[in-house]
Amino acid sequence: MEKRELTCIGCPMGCAITVELENGEVLSVTGNTCKIGENYAKNEVTHPERTVTSTAVILGGDKPRVSVKTKSNIPKDKIADVMKEIDAAVMKAPIHIGDVVVKNVCETGVDVVATRNVEAL
Amino acid sequence: MLNYDIVIVGGGPAGLAAAVAARNAGVDKILILERDKELGGILNQCIHNGFGLHTFKEELTGPEYAYRFIEKVLNAKIEYKLNTMVMDISNDRVVTAMSREDGMYQIKAGAVILAMGCRERPRGALNIPGYRPAGIFSAGTAQRLVNIEGYMPGREVVILGSGDIGLIMARRMTLEGAKVKVVAELMPYSGGLKRNIVQCLDDFGIPLKLSHTVVDIEGKEHLTAVTIAAVDNKGKPIPGTEERYTCDTLLLSCGLIPENELSRNAGVEMSPITSGPVVNESLETNIPGVFACGNVLHVHDLVDYVSEEADRAGQNAAKFVKGELSEGAADIEIVATEGARYTVPSTINVDRMDDKLTVRFRVGAVYKDSFVSVYFDDERVMHNKKRIMAPGEMEQVILLKDKLAEKPGLKKITVKIENE
Repeated sequence: MEKRELTCIGCPMGCAITVELENGEVLSVTGNTCKIGENYAKNEVTHPERTVTSTAVILGGDKPRVSVKTKSNIPKDKIADVMKEIDAAVMKAPIHIGDVVVKNVCETGVDVVATRNVEAL
Repeated sequence: MLNYDIVIVGGGPAGLAAAVAARNAGVDKILILERDKELGGILNQCIHNGFGLHTFKEELTGPEYAYRFIEKVLNAKIEYKLNTMVMDISNDRVVTAMSREDGMYQIKAGAVILAMGCRERPRGALNIPGYRPAGIFSAGTAQRLVNIEGYMPGREVVILGSGDIGLIMARRMTLEGAKVKVVAELMPYSGGLKRNIVQCLDDFGIPLKLSHTVVDIEGKEHLTAVTIAAVDNKGKPIPGTEERYTCDTLLLSCGLIPENELSRNAGVEMSPITSGPVVNESLETNIPGVFACGNVLHVHDLVDYVSEEADRAGQNAAKFVKGELSEGAADIEIVATEGARYTVPSTINVDRMDDKLTVRFRVGAVYKDSFVSVYFDDERVMHNKKRIMAPGEMEQVILLKDKLAEKPGLKKITVKIENE
């Protein structure tokens, strides 16, 4: 049996959670104080996910960079690959919050979208 | 001289939310003065997500959260001036401002809302020995360089201080290809949110060394190395524990200080604990008609609480200009003691308070399985168990007007932390 110690990030409480695993199956979750903690712990030990935020190059805009994010979580082990695709993107102003910067990034089914407006100069 | 009902100093999250609230309360002539070239304040460079869970029930990035409020300001056609520095606020609410476009000018304000935010503690305030080479940045400066300007400050990084901006920048620099070697924290606990320790350090295997500090900085032109050492319980370096890290960048994330030069010059009474103004239940300072909200009042952990607080400041400023903020009964003092470092507000006038009043405070150390207690004079009226409280996270108690009205003659409310 494997034991994993986690800090819940569901809220500022930051509960110290212990997950017991066997062959990748979750046996028990303890230390959490709500359902969010239980769900977080189960996801975190089986298929951890993150939102990636960064900036992309934008040409002809009133700002030199446009901030971007993955529209939802992507698998944690794809963070580095997602960063490479974001770095390769070159946008043209204008761009607005929610506009797609990279479609279906790294075949995750998730788009990278702009998180701020950059107007054309 | 120009005339406005309400002048708001600062166009960050506090200023924006205060402006929207004042407009919704029926105030017509509102002016926001912002020194940057755009509204939104520090949120514009906080491109990471996690903002707005309380306010919007979804996770937004900083620029997205800011834009929710900027949009409201634009739709409400609230006036704002960018690239404008406020030089002075007088105790009769004359605001002196300056910009390249308009030169120096004065505004007579019916009410003033202080929303200037805070600044990072710089190297000069930290007493770190060693050379003074290039390559040493506050974490927020590095954040601006990377996220707004698109420059990398360096490739091999050591971070002193585990405040949230430092943690966020550890991840950001790593994602952009830098090697973050270590985060050293003087205190035996981190001042940052748990979530940031997990997602910014643990995810990338960046070590966090608690009870450690920087004891030497090398490099004559540019930074070449720093030495960190463990400290004892008085914060003094322990000889023999030194470790040297070669690096070209040192980021400092060692606390935030409310930016109150204008408030002090205006004669606003300051709290030595928060470095922000002392305010009453209406978030009004000792100068009638001058209100404060957001990080200029006390440094917040979550922007959601800034918006909420600023909303109240905006509503109360609106009441003030409409002559609806009554004088009322004598003030009740709120005293923070035994683990609670301060409270905001620090006095209550029951006649002026809303049905519910949120009193925010921070604790001075990490407390586990302890109680937040509230006393009305000597009587304990609230006793809430908390599994954990830490200095990095704000705590709150909610006082009800009904309960306070039952206690005429109440002089003192005490907030403290108790073991049982």
